[in-house]
Amino acid sequence: MATSTTEVTAAPGAEHLVGQIRVAVPEGGLRHDLRAAGIVWRRELIRFRTDRLRAVTALIQPVLFLFVLGTGLGALAGGSLPAGISFKTFIYPGVLAMSVLFTAIFSAASIVWDREFGFLREILVAPVSRASIVIGKCLGGATIATFQGIVFLVLAGFAGVPYNPVLIITLIGELLLLSFTLTAFGVMMAARIKQFQAFMALTQMLVMPLFFLSGALYPLSGLPAWLAVLTRIDPLTYIVGPMRHAVFSHLAMPAVFEQRLSPTITWDGWGVPLGLSLGMVAVMGLGMTAIAIAEFRKTE
Amino acid sequence: MVANTSTNPEGAAATSAAAAPASEPVITVSSLTKSYGEVQAVRGIDFEVARGETFGFLGPNGAGKTTTIKILCTLANATSGSAKVAGHDTRTERDSVRRNIGLVFQDTTLDTYLTAEQNLRFHAELYGVPKVAVMPRMHQVMDMVGLWDRKDSLVSTYSGGMQRRLEIARGLLHAPHVLFLDEPTVGLDPQTRSSIWTYINDLKRREDITIFLTTHYMDEAEHCDRIAIIDHGKIVAIDTPEALKASIGKDRVQIHTADDDAAIKELKDTFGLEAAVREGAVTFSVAAGEQFVPRLFTEFSVPIRQVSVSRPSLDDVFMSYTGTTIRDAEASGTDAMRAMAQRFRAGRR
Repeated sequence: MATSTTEVTAAPGAEHLVGQIRVAVPEGGLRHDLRAAGIVWRRELIRFRTDRLRAVTALIQPVLFLFVLGTGLGALAGGSLPAGISFKTFIYPGVLAMSVLFTAIFSAASIVWDREFGFLREILVAPVSRASIVIGKCLGGATIATFQGIVFLVLAGFAGVPYNPVLIITLIGELLLLSFTLTAFGVMMAARIKQFQAFMALTQMLVMPLFFLSGALYPLSGLPAWLAVLTRIDPLTYIVGPMRHAVFSHLAMPAVFEQRLSPTITWDGWGVPLGLSLGMVAVMGLGMTAIAIAEFRKTE
Repeated sequence: MVANTSTNPEGAAATSAAAAPASEPVITVSSLTKSYGEVQAVRGIDFEVARGETFGFLGPNGAGKTTTIKILCTLANATSGSAKVAGHDTRTERDSVRRNIGLVFQDTTLDTYLTAEQNLRFHAELYGVPKVAVMPRMHQVMDMVGLWDRKDSLVSTYSGGMQRRLEIARGLLHAPHVLFLDEPTVGLDPQTRSSIWTYINDLKRREDITIFLTTHYMDEAEHCDRIAIIDHGKIVAIDTPEALKASIGKDRVQIHTADDDAAIKELKDTFGLEAAVREGAVTFSVAAGEQFVPRLFTEFSVPIRQVSVSRPSLDDVFMSYTGTTIRDAEASGTDAMRAMAQRFRAGRR
């Protein structure tokens, strides 16, 4: 009892007890909820920090896409790109989005994992609002996924993307938004899917089409009608578009090329403003967070 | 004895009287039922637990023990009936119940990738333990289970017994009024089991706490002030271990004979007693065993080599109330439980 000095007092009615430390658990409230969300968030960071292998493996796939696929296909695509702009530069924003994709989903998968290994119960019996748990989790996933994206951002120079401070900050902000929405999506799925394998299979099945339809690897201009429609339905399109726009606005090239390679997303000819595009992604993220909270409120 | 509630048991009287005269029961359960689809896991149970009591739920796996705990801990809603813990309704005042209870589940709920201290800190933040109290309290509860010097180790390096002790420490961290222990020693070796009990019994000296536990080990039920025997979702008996044993009113007699079959037949013909071979000896129950033994020697024709008379154990109590031994009940109960588990999972998907 070396550390307990002044706190050692007997609880009323329990004077016979030896050195009881009085602990009064608060009646809830915003401060308590913030503390709870904070520790759920911090656990994500601790787990990420101690799992270096995960950070490295998550980097392998985008690196392969950028340097192997990017260089390989670059020979074919060269003709339609302006001088000084490589195919790697073109796909960089899309692959950057991809670099956070799996980390975000995987951090949500830990809910399924926690359920199978019991830790989720420890969280669910705590006297704290389900909202603070879900929000802490979503922000935790968003933080580590964004961090993963920043590591990939370091490689921007190799893809011919300039290290412009405004561009970097814009991209980090967009990565944060994307990571949050993806984690919220994962958490929403994890609230319903109880088996780890099922969760991984289902999310993989959804993530790859989302990635391919987002225009991460090709421009959205001049597509056949069926593909054009599908790209407009894909939520990822509305974040990959602004990210590419940010990169291209910092590259020097004739306007015709910029319009062809990084066109404004259109709905039946109407150009969707960047703000609306990002706003939709944010609303989707918040909506899925709300669904996840509602799911976790249910009791068997 | 077979009634559902018993008032003021001797075990609890001393502690509750010292604290507050005629104090409210800490746990009140009435007409509680829980169904998973067509399977009725709990079929209408009533009981009360007094402040400071150690109350045990004894029954085979699948009898409804864990389901009851889940309802009391707000992890499941009852199908009908009500449960109050620390004065709060488990359905409508969940957070109030949660603030007042500590839990140790049968499967570990620790994050094995974190250190022991990180696990406890997580708990403290989640329960809103005041910041100044976190360190001293953490030190205290980890000392209590002898793990303070291992606080910086990853939980994955802990043995099963150490993990269970850490869970007990964590369950106590926020100073709950009731500690729920669901099969606290399941899956541990006998030596570790007894050490866990040393810690649990020690708790009563250090903390002002009521303990609710479930077990399917007869010897562990002996640690309780009162026991409820639960079978097929119903409480069949509830009382102190001593009273339960006395309620059977019969002693167990075991005799080693030259001819067991002849002995069993003669016991039935001469004394009207049902006997069977158990543990290699002819075994039967009879009132006032010591007085019966002299009659056995004078009136019995089969030579007897050895006699032993024992007071009824909780095994006998369980047997007498449910008509089966707890081990046999488990063997047949496993299938039903598995079916229930499947239905439960299917229902949640």
